[in-house]
Amino acid sequence: MTTFDPYAPSRDTTEGKVFSVTGGDWDSLVQEIGATKEERVVVNMGPQHPSTHGVLRLVLELEGETITEVRCGIGYLHTGIEKNIEFRNWTQGTTFVTRMDYLSPLHNETAYCLAVEKLLGITNDVPERASVIRVMMMELNRISSHMVALGTGALELGAMGPMFFAFRDRETVLEIFEMITGLRMNMAYVRPGGVQQDLPEGAYTKIREGVKLMRKNFKDNATLLIGNSIWMKRTQGIGYLDLAGCTTLGITGPVLRSTGMPWDLRKVQPYCGYENYNFDVVTADTCDVYGRFLIRMNELEQSLRIIEQCVDKLEKLHGAPVMVADKKIAWPAQLALGGDGLGNSLDHIREIMGTSMESLIHHFKLVTEGFRVPAGQAYAAIESPRGELGASVVSDGGTRPYRVHFREPSFNNLQATPAMSEGGMVADIVAAVASIDPVMGGVDR
Amino acid sequence: MFGPKGTGDTSGYGGLVAKVVTPGSSERPYGGYFDEVTDNLERAYPEFSDAIERVVIDRGELTLHVKAEKLVDVAFVLRDSLKFEMCMGVNGVHYPEQTGRELHAVYPLLSMTKNQRIRLEVSVSDSNPHIPSLVEVWAGNNWHERETFDMFGIIFDGHPGLTRILMPDDWKGHPQRKDYALGGIPVEYKGATTPPPSDRRSYK
Repeated sequence: MTTFDPYAPSRDTTEGKVFSVTGGDWDSLVQEIGATKEERVVVNMGPQHPSTHGVLRLVLELEGETITEVRCGIGYLHTGIEKNIEFRNWTQGTTFVTRMDYLSPLHNETAYCLAVEKLLGITNDVPERASVIRVMMMELNRISSHMVALGTGALELGAMGPMFFAFRDRETVLEIFEMITGLRMNMAYVRPGGVQQDLPEGAYTKIREGVKLMRKNFKDNATLLIGNSIWMKRTQGIGYLDLAGCTTLGITGPVLRSTGMPWDLRKVQPYCGYENYNFDVVTADTCDVYGRFLIRMNELEQSLRIIEQCVDKLEKLHGAPVMVADKKIAWPAQLALGGDGLGNSLDHIREIMGTSMESLIHHFKLVTEGFRVPAGQAYAAIESPRGELGASVVSDGGTRPYRVHFREPSFNNLQATPAMSEGGMVADIVAAVASIDPVMGGVDR
Repeated sequence: MFGPKGTGDTSGYGGLVAKVVTPGSSERPYGGYFDEVTDNLERAYPEFSDAIERVVIDRGELTLHVKAEKLVDVAFVLRDSLKFEMCMGVNGVHYPEQTGRELHAVYPLLSMTKNQRIRLEVSVSDSNPHIPSLVEVWAGNNWHERETFDMFGIIFDGHPGLTRILMPDDWKGHPQRKDYALGGIPVEYKGATTPPPSDRRSYK
């Protein structure tokens, strides 16, 4: 309280003295706080903090370095996606939901499309090739999402190497995405009734090579982290949450599987034909950050196994349709790669502009007006990289969704932060939050 | 029935209005495990006929419409006797045309023991939007109820801290309600003006 410190100005409030720290000399702040003789300190962490996965705000109540209470502040990335969908047609909805959880766009799209297909009553009419492509894309997406979880998680605990490896491997997946959909993220590739377009030429080879490369590359991170004594000291026994805690908090995904519960919707409630693939549900029994880390590492190999089986199936199904046969639902145009990038296929444009007036009318009606979905509500749940991703979709019989709600695993699982970190050290909350792997785009929608 | 009205719009929008049929109550047998679930609930909860307003089977999903005042009792029975250990949250739906029961709260439940899913639905009026909180039954409903309060204005009685969660604390209104405007401004590009999404033509 000697001189005014521009980096840590203080002011008195009814709750005590408030310090605003934006950098600068930490020692003067410590001195000043020490002078207050206050044991209990409330620290605001975030929303702009490199270890909070985007714009998560944590309000920590500390006694020394021990956390006595945590509160999460969310909503900083709320974009009103669920409201906006109500003003677009059913197909345009995929463009919105893909932007919710931006690390697993294909899971969002698939959950939404499965719910819309359930409302339309065409779940069994979706062509097999479309389902296999969906599964393959989702598993690729699971890898890229786990890569971010592992890479940023390690970075937040001070390990920089794993992030370089993780983002290198993620790049392999993103290149495949770019080849197939034209985009690296937010693809709107999965559509009600199937997928937007078939795989381009050379996709099988590229995916097979990618799988081979990733299988080799994943060893780098495994060598760096599994059994690494510093890593284990930072993660073992940290962020403990047992099965009872998970159940009452509605926690799913790797956090639930780290309690030893083999709950994976791909196995127990298969969708998109997951029952036809050989893969194992990975579990751990440690209930801690290390267990969740191991689960994510081992799920990578399971995803690679599924992708290989998908490519085998796709080669057998080559040339089969990727969109439902009902022309009243299927998007009329198919995209094709031209000299100037992806666009409407020239064959289709020739047909509607030059030869068939009915095709033009049909195209126009479906694109401007969209299709109608019978009234009712449906809930479709899939296993996203973070847990159960549920799409609650309500239709009033019109061409626009009446209400779309996403049960986001990130949103739900983030509630476990206090249970995982209260009573622990302040440095461990970073590990606990990283093991939940929340994506703020999904939390706030 | 046909033909443009009002604006003289001849762009293909004929004003044809289709009648909307919402799924009604279902009769037994419900099929699948739905009979088993309702039978077990009736056995474990004697006030079943009083608390459950109707049972709807639609698109392979079971929905139990529960009276708001009985919701916590039903939830405890479902959790403890029928092994629905998990509630996947709650989401609201606003039906302004359903006078007296405008606001619906929908709870998807999951039983990991039996690998079953059902759905609870509670409807309350806009003027008295009170539903008992399920946080004491499933603690994970905490944030979901806050979100539903934030977006729809449904008040969950007994919630430990029912405050806004996504919108700022001092926000006015509840954005997901149908009477809440989407907002937006017309955008001009190269001489053409695109109206905001809520003002564009909508096909019924």
